[in-house]
Amino acid sequence: MTDDRGAGRRSSTATLDQARDDARGRADTAVEAMPYLPPSASPYAPAGVDPSTLVWAETVAGPGYSHMTVARGTRIRLEDVAGDACAHVVVLSALNPGERLNVADTQKIPWQAYLGAGHPLLSGDGRVLATVVADAAGGHHDAFCGVTTLAGNIERYGAGAAHTATAAGRELLVLAAAKEGLTPRDLPPSVSFFKGVRVAADGALEWTGDGGAGASVDLVAEMPLTVLVANAAHPLDPAEGYRTGPLRVHAWAAAASSPSDPWWTATPERTRAYLNTDQHLLARGIR
Amino acid sequence: MTVTWATHEADYFDRSTAYLPGATVLDHEIAPREGWSGVVRAGHVLTLVDVGGNQSGDCLIYDAADHEVRYSAQATLVAQRHAYLVDGSVLLSNEGDPLMTIVGNEVDRQDTIGGACSKESNTLRYGHHTLFHHACRENFLLEGAKHGLGPRDLVSNINWFMNVPVEADGTLGIVDGMSAPGKRVALRAERDVLVVLSNCPQVNNPCNDFNPTPLRVIVTDPAVEA
Repeated sequence: MTDDRGAGRRSSTATLDQARDDARGRADTAVEAMPYLPPSASPYAPAGVDPSTLVWAETVAGPGYSHMTVARGTRIRLEDVAGDACAHVVVLSALNPGERLNVADTQKIPWQAYLGAGHPLLSGDGRVLATVVADAAGGHHDAFCGVTTLAGNIERYGAGAAHTATAAGRELLVLAAAKEGLTPRDLPPSVSFFKGVRVAADGALEWTGDGGAGASVDLVAEMPLTVLVANAAHPLDPAEGYRTGPLRVHAWAAAASSPSDPWWTATPERTRAYLNTDQHLLARGIR
Repeated sequence: MTVTWATHEADYFDRSTAYLPGATVLDHEIAPREGWSGVVRAGHVLTLVDVGGNQSGDCLIYDAADHEVRYSAQATLVAQRHAYLVDGSVLLSNEGDPLMTIVGNEVDRQDTIGGACSKESNTLRYGHHTLFHHACRENFLLEGAKHGLGPRDLVSNINWFMNVPVEADGTLGIVDGMSAPGKRVALRAERDVLVVLSNCPQVNNPCNDFNPTPLRVIVTDPAVEA
């Protein structure tokens, strides 16, 4: 959790004048985890991206959460600043929240359990919600384990509530969902970026570690998309204590996938998923 | 164009018996391609019989008193640190609470990775000509609607008697099953649970040996003599 040294009593607040001055005097404090507004003013704008195209710029505390509804064609970069973040992500159609990430289809339909560049994040409705278009984390991701629970974190760390330093991922996703008008019903299984798990030959789930400081993934929203992110320790992280760190988010106006992108034609299943998605949006007049 | 074939009766069928002794609370045969749902009381044992062999039974579980508390494949796999369900696996909720425990299992391993088939995903997997084939998601939605459940309540499910290996490079998919006529799995309810089952209608992959057959559901109360 970011240590905000500007918080707490700083001066007399006995009168309204004093209280107002004190409140206003707290602004312009820079801490590690905060949003950057306007997004074009982000001190961490990604290289090669025109800052004027940024629509979302933020450093999410570890533990912490964020959420945003973005337009089709938005490219979202998640960065594990120090190598200790884990981004648990749920994506839902902003047109119909009943259409949301389906982890089983995301693994089954590409015949591939492990997330990497070009992997589609599929809904249960035969469409692509988002595509992992770049992976600079060496495939250290996981679609098997999901998030920790309040009960589990109380048992392992002594606390798991959302506002504690050992917050459970599920508690954070419940809050992120609520801010988007959603409820716990709207939380399907999630995917996790920056911490890797593999299935051994005997079926055991094996920890493969992280992508290191500065690891990043880029997602492209293939339809109007609600993105929920919990930055919280991975449930299988073998670290002695609760491992977490800052997660940086930048998103900018780009383009949805097209037939010229290699992942569109990578497998026949994916081609049909993009065709279904395009037709769904075509009928609604969304380009 | 609707594909409807299924085998309702054959000389190789084995309807078996309840896995554990106890008074019979319910005994129901789910016809091929159909859904079923019901509340199983805490302590009662649900035996699912693979009557015709290699017939996938797609399964979702909810806390009967609070449907927001539902089966979580991810929490279940994390707790056992293993990708398959076996004898003794505890089926956990999204809050990490035990919903049911596998107290008997007559196939090597059970799947909870592969998810349910749907009309829509069939179009991705097999082509757009399969959009009108019946699918588990249809059964889940129809059975769920009886209990106030809808698309927002569908999560990664269990596929009893289905075989989904994961290879070293991450390749995963449905291959020929390891079950046989009369094989059973038995689940003890750890609280009152709503169980929703789809007797899988899929005829485009080997999850039902390309031939949907019946599943028998027997619920027994081990605390009461038969």
